[in-house]
Amino acid sequence: MPINYFLILSAFLFCTGAYGVMARRNSVLVLMSIELMLNAVNLNLVAFSTHLENVSGQVFALFVITIAAAEVGIGLAIVLLIYRNLRSPDLDQVEQLKG
Amino acid sequence: MWAQEVAFWIIAVAMAGAAIGVVRSNNVVHAALFLVVVLAGSAAQYILLLAEFVAWVQVLIYIGAIVVLFLFGVMLTRAPMREEAGKLDNNQRLASGVVALFLFGVLTMFLVDAFHGDEVKFKDSLVQLGSTNNIGNSIFHDYVIPFEVVSMLLLAALVGAVALARRD
Repeated sequence: MPINYFLILSAFLFCTGAYGVMARRNSVLVLMSIELMLNAVNLNLVAFSTHLENVSGQVFALFVITIAAAEVGIGLAIVLLIYRNLRSPDLDQVEQLKG
Repeated sequence: MWAQEVAFWIIAVAMAGAAIGVVRSNNVVHAALFLVVVLAGSAAQYILLLAEFVAWVQVLIYIGAIVVLFLFGVMLTRAPMREEAGKLDNNQRLASGVVALFLFGVLTMFLVDAFHGDEVKFKDSLVQLGSTNNIGNSIFHDYVIPFEVVSMLLLAALVGAVALARRD
């Protein structure tokens, strides 16, 4: 089975996530698009791990999953703070660093 | 061999459709549910790649924890459940689509150029490679310092999330 199948699927997921980050206004949806991009990276790591018969890729995929969990926790706390201060979850309302 | 290819294509089409659903849906909860389909699809791809431990961690952490966090986020920011088309997007959709398509084209071109002819060969020894035993050995022998750093990072993220979200 060509490894390119997995790599191109992963590239597609990454580009979809990039589109979501650029085109979405709602901050929760932007975080979801970031998850899509991280997931694409994981697919690449596991595909190369199987291809090269080396377990390091799978260990790194586990680390990426952990970092993604931490990132979502912090990200949603920030989203909550934006919502509390601006009464809106939309990112284009965030115009100044000092609220 | 062909059974794996058929399984790959079925899962890949479902994942691609759901990924487009995540970025195009007009309902935040639907987008979260589409995200579940993408994440479950990648867990299935990991099983196909004989990485069973990573697949189950994906199901537990991503689908079990992260999606629930997202749904809490949707609830706490009172995201509207029913929304007229385009309200969740900003006005740079066209430019983003062009950039994403261009990026996909360039990535595909380079991947086909670099890896055409490389085959993933599924052998019995690969089942051993992705087993919990082998991965545990690798984490606690070769990657023990990154493992400790990640545990500190999780602690910092925990404290940071509480400090940020707390009402004074």
